[in-house]
Amino acid sequence: MLAAETGPIGFPILTALILVPVIGSLLVALTPKTRPEIPKVIALMSAVGTLAMSVWLMASFETGESGFQFVSKHTWIEPWGISWHLGVDGISLFLVVLTGVLFPLAIVGIDPHHDEKPYLAWLLLLQAGVMGSFLSLDLFVFFIFFEIVLVPMYFLIAGWGYENRVYAATKFFLFTMLGSAFMLVGLIATVAIASRDLGYTTFDLVEIAEGADFATSTGRWLFFAFAIAFAVKVPLVPVHTWLPDAHTQAPTAGSVVLAGVMLKLGTYGLLRFGLYLFPEASFWSRPLWLTLAVIGIIYGAIAATMQTDLKRLVAYSSVAHMGFIVLGTFAFTTQSLSGAVIQMINHGVSTGALFLFVGMIYERRHTRSIAELNGIQKVAPIFAAGFMVVMLSSIGVPGLNGFVGEFLILTGSFLTARWWTVVAAFGVILAALYLLWAYQRVFHGEPDEENQSFPELRVKEGLVLLPFLGLIVFMGVYPKPVLDRIEPAIDALITRVEENTDFVEPEPTIRIGEHGNDEPADGDQPSDEEGDG
Amino acid sequence: MMLQQIDTFVGPEVNWFALSPMLTLLGGTLVLMLAGALTPRWPKGLYAFATATIAGAAGVLAMVQWDDITDNGTRTLVAGVIAYDTLSMFMTITICIGVILVALLSDEYLRGTPNDGPEIYALYLVAAIGGIVMASANDLIVLFLGLEALSLALYVLASSNRRSGESAESGIKYFVLGGFSSAFFLYGIALVYGATGTTNISEMVAALQNGVDPFGNESLALAGIALLIVGLGFKVAAVPFHVWAPDVYQGAPTPVTSFMASVGKAAAFAAMLRVLVIALPFYRDDWRPIIWVLALVTLVVGSFLAVVQRNVKRMLAYSSISHAGFVLVGVEAAAHGAGEADPGPGMPSVVLYLILYSVLVIGSFAVVTVVSRSSGGDTDIDSFKGLARRRPVLALAFTVFLLAQAGVPFTSGFIAKFGVIQAAVEVDSYAIAIIAMVAAVVAAFLYLRIMVTMWTSDPAEDAETVAIPFSAGVAIAAAVAFTIVVGIIPGWLIDAADTVTAYAR
Repeated sequence: MLAAETGPIGFPILTALILVPVIGSLLVALTPKTRPEIPKVIALMSAVGTLAMSVWLMASFETGESGFQFVSKHTWIEPWGISWHLGVDGISLFLVVLTGVLFPLAIVGIDPHHDEKPYLAWLLLLQAGVMGSFLSLDLFVFFIFFEIVLVPMYFLIAGWGYENRVYAATKFFLFTMLGSAFMLVGLIATVAIASRDLGYTTFDLVEIAEGADFATSTGRWLFFAFAIAFAVKVPLVPVHTWLPDAHTQAPTAGSVVLAGVMLKLGTYGLLRFGLYLFPEASFWSRPLWLTLAVIGIIYGAIAATMQTDLKRLVAYSSVAHMGFIVLGTFAFTTQSLSGAVIQMINHGVSTGALFLFVGMIYERRHTRSIAELNGIQKVAPIFAAGFMVVMLSSIGVPGLNGFVGEFLILTGSFLTARWWTVVAAFGVILAALYLLWAYQRVFHGEPDEENQSFPELRVKEGLVLLPFLGLIVFMGVYPKPVLDRIEPAIDALITRVEENTDFVEPEPTIRIGEHGNDEPADGDQPSDEEGDG
Repeated sequence: MMLQQIDTFVGPEVNWFALSPMLTLLGGTLVLMLAGALTPRWPKGLYAFATATIAGAAGVLAMVQWDDITDNGTRTLVAGVIAYDTLSMFMTITICIGVILVALLSDEYLRGTPNDGPEIYALYLVAAIGGIVMASANDLIVLFLGLEALSLALYVLASSNRRSGESAESGIKYFVLGGFSSAFFLYGIALVYGATGTTNISEMVAALQNGVDPFGNESLALAGIALLIVGLGFKVAAVPFHVWAPDVYQGAPTPVTSFMASVGKAAAFAAMLRVLVIALPFYRDDWRPIIWVLALVTLVVGSFLAVVQRNVKRMLAYSSISHAGFVLVGVEAAAHGAGEADPGPGMPSVVLYLILYSVLVIGSFAVVTVVSRSSGGDTDIDSFKGLARRRPVLALAFTVFLLAQAGVPFTSGFIAKFGVIQAAVEVDSYAIAIIAMVAAVVAAFLYLRIMVTMWTSDPAEDAETVAIPFSAGVAIAAAVAFTIVVGIIPGWLIDAADTVTAYAR
């Protein structure tokens, strides 16, 4: 598994997944001013090409394998032992696909209103950065991608955001960079300490994880250095304050991408560089993370309830949802971890769609204030229906994707983190409270004069939303193909934790798939065929 | 009698070729001065071009000698006062790159001023020789000669804008405080001489290693070291010896500021490596804590004061103080292994930082030069408003430099910071590594502020169009290319920097 091998056809597809957006971005940046229509075409070609490659990646992914696939490894900075090492496993696979799906939709669906060329160039660079973070298996490579995504996101928020954009963008940049500062020191220390065990210096994640043996206290320090960066990114309370500002002020595409994939860099990092690299420290510190997660769930939900700004409400709901993912991650059962991974995808889809809707509302009414919106259901019933489906998925109504993730997380976590789970379950109810209440205020009642002329959903907007709705329903009724690919990697991760601690995974009380919590649907197509629409 | 003495005087053997980079610069200076004085005004741009050629030739000769050193090993020259090793050559190349870029930048800037002539360029070359001597000295007195050659040239350069009171003020401030620091430094040499009986670095190391303190007076040596650190601290603008830097940087003509921040700083840090790490490893446990504290306060004060400035030159001055703090972190790391057979990654990280930062800071000041020319010399942050609308390419270049200074990946600045932090972590200096990274986050706010001004505000109604002179454009383009290429393919430069630990002793 460690050997450098490429995919079945020998094409370095993972490198291509990173380079295609970079090239697209450069081409967009180089188009002459006199041809304003070209950048969008190039950007779309690049994004669709990336999507096609990520779908192909998913189709040729070996189900049932726990290791890294499509591995490509080349020496990069030899004196420091750094290599361009990429690979994908069940944990990162769907995040890569989600990244592939979200960007073309964001490019087609959202109009930046001004300066389209740099906007598209930054968006594509952002995609490359996110892809790189999910794919890299080298600590150095991961760090540079993790850090570089700040730059395009900063410019997207500062350049195309709303009234308070500069403040929000700067806050976002500095918060995340502060977290990364600790991670960088921790990362270098990890390598320095591992090199004493290994006898040579390498930044390779797999070699360090398998070859190095950190002393218990050392491992804990190092883990915390990493965890601070990820906690800021997730974000966990109390370092979440950048998120409502960044989300609210970002342009719609920025919010979609931020919620859809960038927050997942944090939870993905906790899995990959926390649990995998420092199993003992992760297990030891789980009460802390569980507590922070539960605080996030409840606090995010209460804060969301009290918001007067629709976009800020969705932003705070993200804090709550990401709390569920962290809860599942640190409960250390197959179900809770699979739930966490699948919930990353679900949250990306549902919250991405919610932000799209809020963006459309803003386009029509030039306000995000809940108080100024009412009765939209009367004048735009299809729009309201679409919003309803996405909202229900976010609440976690059975039959839609949100339920699958939350249910797996809660059942799995109940075995190992009972009281935390009990408290977290209230978060589900609170989610219903704030979303339904918001829906009621915005869509029900009689539209006043200003909302009388609220335009109905346009065909183009509908086409952009269709893949989101398709994924929401598909993942809700038939998550099996996704789970089948996630679970081997999760099992391997738990085995690793068990080997390094005295933790023994308890037998699940409910076996999903055997007792049939999810009715097996008949379609056997891969889960994102709708995503191509 | 006199004649007899002359007969018995045996001059040291001089390996002229090994000294060729310095001699090239010296010869070039003289030719430039003489020819410039004897001929009518040269055609447009020729002074700058000649200067760049001379510096380029010196740089190429240094590379040739690098090969020689790799093949035949290091040695000392001219009776042991000049070290012939890759550390000298690395710094020579760094300084020559600095001179080339600054000469290109000065060309258009000086046109139309009373200074349009060979003098300024000759002063750059003289300062470069001084810097190279500092970086190659194997004797504290020779090092002091280099220091004075560099400093005197810089005093004149700082006050060279005869039409500006600020420039004169900057020159006089720099002169007075620089004179003080030179005095401290010289007194330090005297005390160390008193303690060890020699000013030659090789002999000093040998004397101390024998454990024989000839006068049995360790306090003399420690007092000398303290004075040496004060002198060097002034030159690198480490807090609390930094107070001259913002005023001098702001008042001096912008190309000169870029020269001080790159060549001046690089030479001073090379001297610090020579004096502390190479000459005085015996006392490393005594001076290392001082460097630690200097690094800490320099990082913190530099970063925080940078954030509250309104003038871009002043901002960059404070940011250069904070960068000096980063280099001091590298020096602190070098202190752990000073004098040992394998000195560790500290020294390579320092020289790597110096070369990368030199290019970055010249690039940044080059953009400031170009922009402030169109606003009549105004370097307030408001004159950068809407630069992205007026000159998108220039704004993009400045953005690259600022991001690199903030340490964003895929730029040379990240490689520089990474190297220093790695060096610190490898010797278990975790605290200072974390402080340095947090200070970098604070400083990032400053760079973001300039970027926001360029990209998101609209240009003022009366904003002049910014013309980019050709030679300054070349300098900026070269600096951008270097910044990005090294950010993506840094291996070759790291390999080169790693060789400096095999210094002549």
